[in-house]
Amino acid sequence: MTPAGGWAIDVAGLNKSFGTKRVVQDFSIQVAEGRICGFLGPNGSGKTTTLRMLCGLLTPDSGSGTCLGFDIIRQAEAIKCQTGYMTQKFSLYEDLTIAENLQFTARVYGLDDRARRIGEALERLGLQARRDQLTGTLSGGWKQRLALAAATLHEPKLLLLDEPTAGVDPKARRDFWDEIHELAGRGLTVLVSTHYMDEAERCHEIAYISYGKLIARGTAQEVIARSQLVTFHGEGPEIGKLVHELSGKPGVETVAPFGAALHVSGTDRAALEAAITPWRHAPYRWSEVDPTLEDVFIQLMGQAEDNFA
Amino acid sequence: MNGFSLGRVLAVLIKEFKQLTRDRLTYAMILALPVVQLLLFGFAINSDPRHLPTAVLAQEDSVFARSIVGALRHSDYFDLRYQAHSVGELDELIRQGQVQFAVVIPGDFSWRVVRGDKAQILVKADATDPAATGGALAALAALPAQALAHDLKGATAPRAVGVPPFEVIVHRQYNPEAVTAYNIVPGLLGIVLTLTLVMMTALSVTRETERGTMESLLATPLQPLEVMAGKLAPYVLIGLIQTSIILLLARFVFHVPMEGGWAGLGLGVSLFIVGSLALGFLISTAARSQLQAMQMTVFYFLPSILLSGFMFPFRGMPAWAQAIGEVLPVTHVLRVVRGALLKGQSIADMWRELAALAAFVCVVTALAMARYRRTLD
Repeated sequence: MTPAGGWAIDVAGLNKSFGTKRVVQDFSIQVAEGRICGFLGPNGSGKTTTLRMLCGLLTPDSGSGTCLGFDIIRQAEAIKCQTGYMTQKFSLYEDLTIAENLQFTARVYGLDDRARRIGEALERLGLQARRDQLTGTLSGGWKQRLALAAATLHEPKLLLLDEPTAGVDPKARRDFWDEIHELAGRGLTVLVSTHYMDEAERCHEIAYISYGKLIARGTAQEVIARSQLVTFHGEGPEIGKLVHELSGKPGVETVAPFGAALHVSGTDRAALEAAITPWRHAPYRWSEVDPTLEDVFIQLMGQAEDNFA
Repeated sequence: MNGFSLGRVLAVLIKEFKQLTRDRLTYAMILALPVVQLLLFGFAINSDPRHLPTAVLAQEDSVFARSIVGALRHSDYFDLRYQAHSVGELDELIRQGQVQFAVVIPGDFSWRVVRGDKAQILVKADATDPAATGGALAALAALPAQALAHDLKGATAPRAVGVPPFEVIVHRQYNPEAVTAYNIVPGLLGIVLTLTLVMMTALSVTRETERGTMESLLATPLQPLEVMAGKLAPYVLIGLIQTSIILLLARFVFHVPMEGGWAGLGLGVSLFIVGSLALGFLISTAARSQLQAMQMTVFYFLPSILLSGFMFPFRGMPAWAQAIGEVLPVTHVLRVVRGALLKGQSIADMWRELAALAAFVCVVTALAMARYRRTLD
């Protein structure tokens, strides 16, 4: 079913190999216009490669589809004009000033009224007073916000963000996400890769990719529900020591300490309950809880076969 | 223990060696550089050049004249390319750089030899590069006497002994005092431009890749030729400023004569600047790191100095070395600069060199565009 605004991203069967490594396998995804889609998966799972294929930086070995209605193979140049891409590694010129970087971007995209646009962008960022500062001297959080400003200066319709908040403090991350939501509110479609669960929960929908394959898709609630995961929350003195005893037992798929508590999860309820039975007495207290997104992802990671091994 | 440990040294040594074998280009360079240099320059450099192109104008058809032409033909020093029909033709051949020497046997030569009246052979030498002409001129002075020894028989036999019956008059043209600086200083223009311009742009794309800014650049609608033109343009200006500085120094410090030819000089140097920058850009699309780019630049720089006719007479090199030299743009710009400043060549005189430079610009730009990747594949 096609949404009212159409698909901003609609690709199917994308494959990409580097040498003998199949980094992305039969990847298909549809993202409706104006949505924020979180792109999750372990390191090396093919997130960056997928983002690069979507914005024309890499040519897929096979597969087809459209971004913003343009063919990703034949009309990559048209996609580039309406897409903002923020790289994982900071990629503005550190030896240029903040204003000079924005001017470069504005000129590259052939924007009119450059002074006004740059002035507005700096105003939004609160960097007006530091416009002549060298970009390399900015802190990590500011660099990311500036990179976002540069990636959105040409008012793209699609924004691809590759781990935009890695290594950024929580306050700056929150500001960053407020900006992303504001942009999405104006109709921008955002595909953002991240490792942070709180960020995943701020997305309209998520896509989980592992070893180059899309293995979960939907809203956070849908992904949790579909996992059919049962999670027990255990508390008690030195409960952390149970990690070793529980892991590997039949029915126990993941065991993870959460501060003074323990999350034990599995899809087979009976086996899981049997596994924790030896400790189901005082002073330990157990209760069944809704699995968190993190529980689900850790389980998904464990399930995915490692085709790179 | 914090003392000196051979084991740790070995660890580093093995690591370095392994890294080296994985960096194929450096590996090839380390092996190839000494070999190439030795082969190229060991054989190519010849301070007593032979087989210099020569034109002869025999204004009489006599036994003596034929003997002298024959002797020139058989001499290692001269390569008789043209039989001219007028002095004007000879002068034109020298001016265009087609020949190094022009030999004139005057119409009254036999008559004067037979009469014992001081006969003369006139030799015009292109002394733009003094090193190229020295040895050959010495040989030329002795050559006719030997050639005529057979012909001076009978009544003229006494002429064969003692003082030669004629003299060789040498006119060194374009650099009569054989001032080496007149040759070297204009040549330096090409060399300095080569070194600085190729190196500056050789780093341009590689630097972007190393710093990670290439990824952003490729995600923008920028086209390869736009990137190239934008990156090269500032350096064209720098190249023109360098040219002006060198010309001013040549004029006022070295007192190099400037005969004119400014239009050809401007055109040739401009083509050369663009060609050198484009080559640097090509290098930067092929190099994986800035260090590799530097190595490639040096690799290009050495033959530019040694095989272009800058340090050693071009015509003194064997044919294969000359063939390599002809491919280097610096060879052609040296001819343009020397031709313009010392000989006052016009664009028409130097069209071959200008065409070669233009061809270099086109080929290198095409290669750079083919190599420049629009994606990260």
